[in-house]
Amino acid sequence: MAYEIIVCVKQVPDTENLTGEAMKEDGTVNRAALPAIVNPEDLNALEMALRIKDAHGGRVTTVTMGPPAAAEAMRECLYRGADHAVLLTDRRFAASDTLATSYVLSCAIRKLPAPDLVLCGRQAIDGDTAQIGPQLAEKLGLPQFTYVEEVRQISDRSITVKRVLEHGYEVLRGPLPALLTVTSSANDPRPPSAKRLMKHKKARAACELGAQATPDRLEELRRRGLLIEQWGADEIACDAVSCGGKGSPTRVKEINFVRLLSEEHKRVEPTKEGIGGLVEELMREHIFD
Amino acid sequence: MDEPKNVCVFAEVQDGQVAEVSLELLGKAAELAAELGGRVGAFLLGESVEHLATALFAHGCDEVHMAQHRALAHYASLPYADVLVRMVRESRPAVVLFGATTTGRDLAPRVASALRVGLTADCTDLRIGPHQDLVAGRDYPKLLYQIRPAFGGNIIATIVNPETRPQMATVREGVMRMGAAKPGRRGKLIRFDGSVERSLLCVELLEEHRAERKVNLKKANVIVSGGAGVGSKENFALIRRLAETLGGEVGASRAAVDAGFIEKAHQVGQTGTTVRPKLYIACGISGAVQHRAGMQESSKIVAINTDPNAPILQIAHYGIVGDLNQVIPTLIDVYKEHAK
Repeated sequence: MAYEIIVCVKQVPDTENLTGEAMKEDGTVNRAALPAIVNPEDLNALEMALRIKDAHGGRVTTVTMGPPAAAEAMRECLYRGADHAVLLTDRRFAASDTLATSYVLSCAIRKLPAPDLVLCGRQAIDGDTAQIGPQLAEKLGLPQFTYVEEVRQISDRSITVKRVLEHGYEVLRGPLPALLTVTSSANDPRPPSAKRLMKHKKARAACELGAQATPDRLEELRRRGLLIEQWGADEIACDAVSCGGKGSPTRVKEINFVRLLSEEHKRVEPTKEGIGGLVEELMREHIFD
Repeated sequence: MDEPKNVCVFAEVQDGQVAEVSLELLGKAAELAAELGGRVGAFLLGESVEHLATALFAHGCDEVHMAQHRALAHYASLPYADVLVRMVRESRPAVVLFGATTTGRDLAPRVASALRVGLTADCTDLRIGPHQDLVAGRDYPKLLYQIRPAFGGNIIATIVNPETRPQMATVREGVMRMGAAKPGRRGKLIRFDGSVERSLLCVELLEEHRAERKVNLKKANVIVSGGAGVGSKENFALIRRLAETLGGEVGASRAAVDAGFIEKAHQVGQTGTTVRPKLYIACGISGAVQHRAGMQESSKIVAINTDPNAPILQIAHYGIVGDLNQVIPTLIDVYKEHAK
């Protein structure tokens, strides 16, 4: 049978290139100051979805919540094989914590054709919380399988997965629909295909078209498979007090820049003599006993 | 209703024992409960776990909230979340803490979502303090400060949940120190109904494979860690050789783990293991705050780095500016000579 699969994706700042200057006063991140990429483990989730589709047929829809610029992350997913992409963008979504974000995603997923599978990356590199998957599963009333490395078997009724744990693994079987969070060890995400890139680089969300976002133009893009669907709070019937800062129980109280301590710092020359002195000192202090 | 004051820990059961991280959290819970003027509680779920309450009492727990049922024999998201949500609603704690294990990180967000409360992952410190909330326009004399490194760089964020209760957080194993057990210390055992609807038992455990814990960073006296600067998986052999020579364990930074140089079990830092060895040698590690959070309490820190401005050199007791490919072999030779 064919599977309807939704993959939740986050556009994240490339933390490899992060500096303190990228932080704003209120403790949030000035994303504009950093290169934006698709969260790495979300690509593993997308790859898992594409492999299920390749083997059994179906449709893969990627969904992201973010600023208008997150449309780029949706294009990235289209280049790699997603059939359909949805951008959730609205000022009222800004400053959402994980609880509010999972609520917004759940509203969007309810508007889409009922999925057999919802896939998320295990966690995002900018927050490392790994909370969206389980929170979204709860909001949608779905069973959850976190830390999934492998789908062993899938049928119209059930799915069997391997979960990687701290010291080993387990194999679980449960019903569909279900939500999975996918680890980086699950697969090697395919690169964008040249052919798909040529076609989908013209894909646009309404917010990117400005004054040209007329109903006719949007319809034309949709017909050619080049429309990145764009929904705000009203389109997905999202309760304004449950999203954004208002819907977020957590607040950043304070941000501190860490002062580095160097109470008894010694430079050791990288020579035989220098290192010899260090070893003697450590031995005198019985470090190796 | 009264403002909740109690601080509770989810008592994770691993291989028939209370997980170390849960016992570590009880120590912190006692500190927080004293500040709040409340009691220390634990949520204990399982099939036959009553005997484990003794260990929880010994580690400072005043009240064990226990749900025993066949449906809870193995950890499973749906029944555990369902039962725990009911237990939290009835017992109304101010704070609930979870170990940031795969189980804790699976369970806590599902529970937080059902209760519509805030949750902060991987805290490196927890304190009680006042908070003036501009959004709510209220003063809170005693909120839980959930402190964690935020987002790269040298930044520590303090997160609060002013309006929702309980305030929930996860903490990695080893971050809090386990207090000494007081054998014979008693507390109150409160029983809860552990039964769940059949529909929540839809996920079956088909296989379970437990590998022996091969890496024990927490117990090591000496740890030699490699970072991105090691350059390759092959070159990590150099780190292993030094660790072996010094009789220590091999650690790694997240960058080295992400690059595939070494397995995740070796990762030191906020999202890895927190360690306090007598000697920590950081090789080719720049020293992001997340890494430092996991090793800065080591008695002696030696850092080897080509970059004289690397943050790790600032917290190291001994800094060696040089190429680890030359420094490590020299260190091995010199140590062998001295150890004779």
